[in-house]
Amino acid sequence: MKKSIGNIFLALIYIILYAPLLVMVFFSFNEAKSTTVFTGFSLKWYAELFSSSNTMTALRNTLVLAVTSALIATVIGTAAAVYMYNVRSRAWKASLDMVTNLPMMNPEIVTGVSMMLLFVFVGRLLGAVNSLSFGTLLIAHVTFNLPYVILNVLPKLNQTDPHLAEAALDLGSTPMQAFFKVTLPSIMPGIVSGMIMAFTMSLDDFVISYYTTGSDFQTLPLMIFAMTKKTVKPDMYALSSVIFLTVLVLLLIVNIGQIRQEKKDQ
Amino acid sequence: MDNSNTTVPEKKKNIVELKNITVRFDGETILDDLSLSIGDGEFVTLLGSSGCGKTTTLRLIAGFLEPDEGEVFFDSKSMNGVPAYKREVNTIFQRYALFPNYNVFENIAYGLRVRHVPEAEIKERVQEMLTLVNLEGFGKRPITKLSGGQQQRVAIARALVLKPKVLLLDEPLAALDLKLRKDMQQELKNIQKALGITFVFVTHDQEEALSMSDTVVVMNEGKIQQIGSPIDIYNEPENAFVADFIGESNILDGVMKADYRASFSGKTFDCLDSGFAPNEPVDVVVRPEDVDIVTPDKGMLQGIVTSVTFLGVHFEIIVDIGGFKWMIQTTDEHHEGEEVGLFIEPDAIHVMKKSKYSGQFGDYSSFSDEMDTMSVIEDEEDE
Amino acid sequence: MKKKTLGQQLLGAPYVVWAALFVIVPLIIVVYYAFTDAGGNFTMDNIAKLSEYKEVFWLSIEYSFIATVICLLVSYPFAYLMSRKRESTQRIMMMLVMLPMWMNLLIRTYSWMNILERNGLINNFLALFGVEPLKMIGTPGAVIFGMIYNYIPYMILPIYTVMSKIDVSVLEAAEDLGSNGFSKLRRIILPMSMPGVVSGFTMVFVPSVSTFYISQKLGGKIMLIGDAIEKQIQSLYNYNLGAALSLVLMVMILICMALMKKFAGDSNDGLIM
Repeated sequence: MKKSIGNIFLALIYIILYAPLLVMVFFSFNEAKSTTVFTGFSLKWYAELFSSSNTMTALRNTLVLAVTSALIATVIGTAAAVYMYNVRSRAWKASLDMVTNLPMMNPEIVTGVSMMLLFVFVGRLLGAVNSLSFGTLLIAHVTFNLPYVILNVLPKLNQTDPHLAEAALDLGSTPMQAFFKVTLPSIMPGIVSGMIMAFTMSLDDFVISYYTTGSDFQTLPLMIFAMTKKTVKPDMYALSSVIFLTVLVLLLIVNIGQIRQEKKDQ
Repeated sequence: MDNSNTTVPEKKKNIVELKNITVRFDGETILDDLSLSIGDGEFVTLLGSSGCGKTTTLRLIAGFLEPDEGEVFFDSKSMNGVPAYKREVNTIFQRYALFPNYNVFENIAYGLRVRHVPEAEIKERVQEMLTLVNLEGFGKRPITKLSGGQQQRVAIARALVLKPKVLLLDEPLAALDLKLRKDMQQELKNIQKALGITFVFVTHDQEEALSMSDTVVVMNEGKIQQIGSPIDIYNEPENAFVADFIGESNILDGVMKADYRASFSGKTFDCLDSGFAPNEPVDVVVRPEDVDIVTPDKGMLQGIVTSVTFLGVHFEIIVDIGGFKWMIQTTDEHHEGEEVGLFIEPDAIHVMKKSKYSGQFGDYSSFSDEMDTMSVIEDEEDE
Repeated sequence: MKKKTLGQQLLGAPYVVWAALFVIVPLIIVVYYAFTDAGGNFTMDNIAKLSEYKEVFWLSIEYSFIATVICLLVSYPFAYLMSRKRESTQRIMMMLVMLPMWMNLLIRTYSWMNILERNGLINNFLALFGVEPLKMIGTPGAVIFGMIYNYIPYMILPIYTVMSKIDVSVLEAAEDLGSNGFSKLRRIILPMSMPGVVSGFTMVFVPSVSTFYISQKLGGKIMLIGDAIEKQIQSLYNYNLGAALSLVLMVMILICMALMKKFAGDSNDGLIM
């Protein structure tokens, strides 16, 4: 009895969690232009989506941004994690930790506004008319991606036997060889999951992009925002369903990878 | 006294020398003006409890850290500033530190590959090593699929394949269960004899140290307390610390009346020690197994049995003599409250100079005290 | 004793420079803008103008606080029930909780608008039974619901993480020593899960109090701090006032976090990131 009440409660929460997603997917197949009245099944919004050059440009922009920012963040972040792992001074370590956590604790709107003001300020100093561009957007995305990479790699470093790298040195590797042959492979799962996390964060970001992008560079979330200012046609739902599916596949890959890794470790 | 010096004629030349080494960390002195010579082909054990500096000494030889003062010599060449990967020593790490991303074969081949040894030779030498450590046919196994003992063997093979002149072993057997540990002790000893390589072995287990080594170096607080053969260390401890650390001992406050005459527990005994100033205060060690329990009238000292513990091979008996609790190991049974006499032969008495450790050890009066110190040590090791 | 090599120092350099330029400096620039006018001269005008926004601030705090508390009341039993399931089930359940988070917040919120609006799905459904349409969009309730809906996974996750770490044998020991269900909850589970509650609290409160999209779509004319900042920056181009509002928001959240940290007794166990 007690158990079934609990299960009903759990089910109820899941229904609420998934209700808007179901609505979204359902109405993406609507024949009519409405997102509240269903008139019949159709794939026309999907067809329209893929033939719209605006949408395709936004999609390309989003992917270019997500891939570039994730790659840059992965390289800088992994190096930073290795460095932070070796830092001995407590005060310095604490300040590095704080700076790493700051973008994650700060409200997104504050991060977005603060970076925008920096770009505007520097732009004004340099006499530029339009200080926001793809470059500023990329900087912003790398900045909020870095903590995700660092916080995924650091625990892996902590789990790694500190004697592994020493053993490699002991057997005659240079520190460089030891890093690439021994340390890097053992932290690779952390690097990969950090990179994927950074990629999806960038893919999904609206608030920070909203403040730091230039007028000539639009990403999908920005486009969605612009569309939702007016009444929305089901093509936006179709677009979201596609994005959702993509993210779902990525998450499954990461999760299956993790499960495999755990099984291997056992 | 100092057997590791080259003065002994059959001893070979020194392969590793540490001269006046001091290492500090965070303002704490880890090694304090330490000097040590290790002969070629010797099996040397650094023995001490955690924090005594034994592992630091090993890491210094391996090249993982540089001394703040002093020099490390290898074949009479100074090693200061030479990084670990350029030193001809190899290390067996405490938890083996096998590379999880390589299989058994590739782990062993690692050092050869880094040195660009031809493939055919790599195959041959790795096979040779697999045979040596009894792991033929295990080459393709991932190391995660090995038992602790097998991982240990891979670690040994991985280090030995490079034919180092000196092998450093950092508590390599600590993670193994008792039976496996005994087997591996024997096996390591055999390998060392067969290959004639110098072994520098670190352990906190005194039994392991005594049974395996040619020379034992007892360390405490960053200093060497005594260097000697296992038998010397046991029979002729140099101070109260060594006497207490190695085996069980009754350590008594005494006075050297004259050569061969030591006085303690209110009586004067014949002994074999000489060379002390008249009436010099000393520490006297009597090992529990060297005391005979006799009837009170035949004993040199008289006391009352306060506790009896049966340990299989023998009994451990605590006898109260004038407030000092002696531990005696005997195969004869006695009972609590029984009045007994103790008989001590002259060769059972070992006299030591007073040291900073005098008075810290020796009395078996309180088991709870002993338990306290034990739990403190375990806590430290956990960290 | 251990001296860092130059190589190791170089590894950290790009990040240290990056974080200084793009994390620290922007915050200093916010302060600069908040205390200057459009011409770059020092002024207190922006700070003085903040008093006009007192109600907006209070409203934001009130709504997000209510949302956070409701999140906690729902998430706690949710996480507890989940942590008692089989391990493989727990894993799937947790993934299902996090999954909607990967759907863009804008879409999720817009979708709720479709469900709740005057001609929306719920009212269409009720109309079948002849019920008068309910006014849901534009009410404080809708805004608070939007906050709860969008951020509840951030509450469930940390609470679940600490709860799943509570050793079953600890609970058995409590029972063995005579605890009944309630005292077990009060004396064992609640104190042990406190770090998760605290980090969940901050992880829901921070984005709720600073949101602007949820209130725009579900709140009608309701204006929160996030909306005020957005309006100043994106519509009125008054960067200085926008900066002042952001500064207050940031300081407020830092104070809130410091309080939470003190409350949690410096425990970081519940933090998942």
